[in-house]
Amino acid sequence: MSKHHISTTINGEPVEFLCDTAQTLLDVLRDELGLTGSKEGCGSGDCGACSVLVEGRLVCACLVLAAEVDRCAVETIEGVAQGNALHPLQQVFLNEAALQCGICTPGIIVAAKALLEKNPDPDEEEIRFWLAGNLCRCTGYDKIVRAVQQAALVMRSA
Amino acid sequence: MGRYPAGSPGWRDKVTGQANYGADFSLPGMITGRVLRSPHAHARIVSIDTTEAGKLAGVRAVVTAADFPDLPSEVVAGGESPVNYRYISCNAIARDKVLYEGHAVAAVAAISAGVAEQALKLIRVEYEVLPHVIDVRDAMRDDAPLLHDNLYTEGVDPKPTKPSNIAKRTEFLLGDPAAGFAESEIILERSYTTQPVHQGYIEPHACVASVAADGMTTVWSSSQGQFMVREFCAKLLKIADSDIRVLPAEIGGGFGGKTTVYLEPLAIALSRKSGRPVKMVMSREEVFKASGPTSGGVLQVKLGARRDGTLVAAECELAYQAGAFPGSPAIPGCMTAFACYDIPNARTVGYDVVSNRPKCAAYRAPGAPMAAFAVESALDELALELGMDPVELRLKNAAKEGTRALYGPKMPVIGFVETLEAARAHAHYNTPLKANQGRGIASGFWFNIGGQSSAAVHINEDGTAEVVTGNPDIGGSRASMAIMAAEVLGIDYAKVKPLIGDTASVGYCFLTGGSRVTFATGKAVVEAANDVVQQLRARAAKIWKCEVDEVIWKDGVAHPAQGQTDTRTQLSLAEIAASAARTGGPISGKASLNVGGAGPGFGTHLCDVEVDPETGRVTVLRYTVIQDVGRAIHPGYVEGQMQGGAAQGIGWALNEEYVYDDQGRLQNSGFLDYRMPVASDLPMIDAVLVEVPNPAHPFGVRGVGEVPIVPPLAAVANAVARASGVRVNDLPISPPRLLAALMK
Repeated sequence: MSKHHISTTINGEPVEFLCDTAQTLLDVLRDELGLTGSKEGCGSGDCGACSVLVEGRLVCACLVLAAEVDRCAVETIEGVAQGNALHPLQQVFLNEAALQCGICTPGIIVAAKALLEKNPDPDEEEIRFWLAGNLCRCTGYDKIVRAVQQAALVMRSA
Repeated sequence: MGRYPAGSPGWRDKVTGQANYGADFSLPGMITGRVLRSPHAHARIVSIDTTEAGKLAGVRAVVTAADFPDLPSEVVAGGESPVNYRYISCNAIARDKVLYEGHAVAAVAAISAGVAEQALKLIRVEYEVLPHVIDVRDAMRDDAPLLHDNLYTEGVDPKPTKPSNIAKRTEFLLGDPAAGFAESEIILERSYTTQPVHQGYIEPHACVASVAADGMTTVWSSSQGQFMVREFCAKLLKIADSDIRVLPAEIGGGFGGKTTVYLEPLAIALSRKSGRPVKMVMSREEVFKASGPTSGGVLQVKLGARRDGTLVAAECELAYQAGAFPGSPAIPGCMTAFACYDIPNARTVGYDVVSNRPKCAAYRAPGAPMAAFAVESALDELALELGMDPVELRLKNAAKEGTRALYGPKMPVIGFVETLEAARAHAHYNTPLKANQGRGIASGFWFNIGGQSSAAVHINEDGTAEVVTGNPDIGGSRASMAIMAAEVLGIDYAKVKPLIGDTASVGYCFLTGGSRVTFATGKAVVEAANDVVQQLRARAAKIWKCEVDEVIWKDGVAHPAQGQTDTRTQLSLAEIAASAARTGGPISGKASLNVGGAGPGFGTHLCDVEVDPETGRVTVLRYTVIQDVGRAIHPGYVEGQMQGGAAQGIGWALNEEYVYDDQGRLQNSGFLDYRMPVASDLPMIDAVLVEVPNPAHPFGVRGVGEVPIVPPLAAVANAVARASGVRVNDLPISPPRLLAALMK
C-alpha cells in the first residue's frame, strides 16, 4: 500500500512527510523527522514521555497515528525553548534539580506548559493530577511539583 | 564548599529534548534488530530453524546461541558482585533451554522493524515444554522442577549429591544466638514475604552496535557503565577489550538494572554478520519480561530483648528469588539485615534460589530493602509490645562507631544516631494524627562502595577546564564532579565542563553503582585537580624563576609563599594557562585510583498514612526522609536521591508486584498494570540532610543513592499497622490484600 502524504505544522514550521498507516506520530517524529526529544517509554500511553500537543491538545504521540495529524499543528519539546532562550519551566527545572535521568523531562515540560497555559496558578493537587500521566521514576515528583509552581510564579510576574 | 550556582552543567540538553539517550542515536546504513522470545516459562529447545526467516527480503542477519561461544561456568570478579559469564551469555540468548517467558531465543536484523518482526514469525522453534516453578518456596522443595541439572547447593556440608534450585546457602554468625535468646525476656518471631519489583526506569534498554570489516567494534549504549559493557561483551563474544569501544549514551534511569548487558551482545553479533550498524531497543513488555527485576523473598525474623528494650539476640533466615540463574542479593540481605543495630548475638542465613522468572538484576541497595522490611517491622511490633517509643527502641540499640557488624568489620564514623535524633526532633514526628491515620518509622543501612576510578582534568588556553570521567551521570554526578574540581582549582564552577568519556578516552572506571560515583570517582577528580594545581605552581615557579615550594595556590591564583618579599605579581589560572605553550606545554592532570573507605550510609524515614477501612486503600499523607549524607556536594541532587528512593520504596510497599498465571506467564508487563507511583499518589517528600563527614573523602562525601530505598517498605507497613490495627507482613499492601486483612 502506498504511503500517506501528510502536511502539517510542527513547532510553527510547515512539515511534510510520508508515512505508513501503522506508523504512530511518535515513530514519525523520532525516526523520520529526527525529533528525538519525545521519548518512547512504553508505547501504550501509560508513561507520558512522548507528550506533545496536537491542535493545542495534550496527547501521547505513541497513541496518535501519524496520518491523523494531517493539516494539524503539532508542538513538541523541541519547540518549547525560543532559540537559545529557555522557557521558564526549563530554566526552573534546571535550577531546582527537578530532574535526574531526564528521560521523562521533555514530556513533563510539555505537559506542564499546557497546564500553565490553561491555569497560570495551579495548586499542588491540580499539578499532581495533571501530571499523573507522566511517570518519573527518579525524583519522587517533589521537585517537579515545586518547579512547576515556581515556573508559574515566574511566568505570572513576567 | 561554595554554594552551587543555579543550573546543571551538561544538563541543558535534558530540558530541551536534545540529549541523546540509548534509542536516540542513529548511523548511516543502520538496520533494526528484534528478538524472538520464549512463550514458555520452562522448555527444552529441541530445534531452531531460521531458514525461512533468513530468506525473507530485507533480512540481513539471524543469530541464535550457536553464534556465541559456549562459555564455561565460572564465577569471576566483575560487575557489582561476582559474575558468571556463562549465565550472562545464556540469559542474553538461550542455549538448550528457555528458563522463563520472554527468554531470548533468536535475534534478527532487517532493513525495517516491520521486516524484522515478520522474520521473527518465520523462525521455527520446536520446544519440549517442561514443568515450571515460579514461587520461591515451591522452587526449594525436593520435588520441584529443576532449572539447571548441574546446580548443586553451595555452602552446605557435605556437598549435596542431588542438584537443586537452591544455588547457595550463606550464613553469618556473631556471638551465641542460642544463649542470647535464652537470656531474653521477650522473644518475637515473625514471617514476611516480598514480591519481585522492577527498577522501572522509563528508558527501555537500547543500543547501536557497529562492527567494521577489520573487526573493530563500536557500541553506543545506555548503561550504568561503558567499561562494564565492554568487559561483558568482550567476554561473551571472545573479543579483545581493545577491539571494542563503548560510547555512553545519556542514561534514562537505571537504579541497578543497567549494570549488565542484554541487547549489546546480540547487536554486535548481528552487526558482525550483516556488516551493517544495528540498533536494538526493547519494548516495555520486553523490559518487564526479560530485564531486572529484583528478588522477591521469604523471610523469618526472630528478635530477643530485655524488658528495657536492649536487643540481646537476633536471627533472620531469608530465601531470595534469583530468577532463572543464580545470583540473587541474598548475601547483602544477610549482611544488612541487622547492620543498624548493636546486637551481641546474631545469625543470618540466606538462600539464593532459582525459579522460572527473569534473572534478577541489581536494584538500589540490592537485597537490603526486603531484609529491612522484615527486621524493621518486627522491631515496630517489639516496640508496641514493650510500650516503647519506636525511635527510643532504635536509639537504645543503634550501631555507632566501633560497633561490630554481623558481617565482620567494626563500623567506622557513622551518623545513624544523628538520623534518629533528627527524626525525634522533627515536627513530623510530633504532629497529632486523626482517625484511621498512623505513623510508621523505619531505618536502613547500605554499605556504599568505592572501587576503581579514573579522572582527567584539562586546562584550556582561556582558563576554562574540562573534567573527564568514565561514569554515566545517573542523577547529577556531572555537577558533583564540576563542583569538586572547581573547588580544588579555585575557579568558578561555571568554568568547569564535566564530560563523560568513552572507553577509549578516559582511564577505567568501575560502573555507576553502589552509590560510588561522587565518592570514588569524585576522589579521582580531586586528585586529578590536585595534580593540575601542582603543575600550575610549577609553571608559576618557572615564570618567577623560583622553587615550586615558594609558590602557594589559593583561590585560583598563584601567590608567592609567605616570607617572600619581592615584587612578583600574582598569577591567575587563566594567566598561567594562556602562557602554557611557553612554559612547558599543555596543563593536564589525571588520577587513576582504587578507592577504599566508602562511608556506610544510614537513614531513618517517617511515614504517615490514612487507611480507608471500606476499600483498603492506603494514602500516604506525609513522608520525611532523614539521612546521613556525609557531606552534600550538590544538596539539590542529594535531596533528589532521597526523595526518589523513598518514592520507589513506597511503590514497592503498596502496589508493585509481578503477577503470573498458572502457565508461568507474566500478566502485568505494562505500566498500566504494573502500578508505579504517579504524581497524584504521593505527597511532598521532606528530605533532611544529616552531615557526618566521611573522613576517607577529601570533602567528607559518603554515598547517598541507595540508602533511601531501604527503610520505606517497613516505614509504610508500620504506618498501616498503626493506622488500622492490622499488620500485613506480605507485600504489597495493595487494597485487596489490606481489605482482606481488615475483614478477618
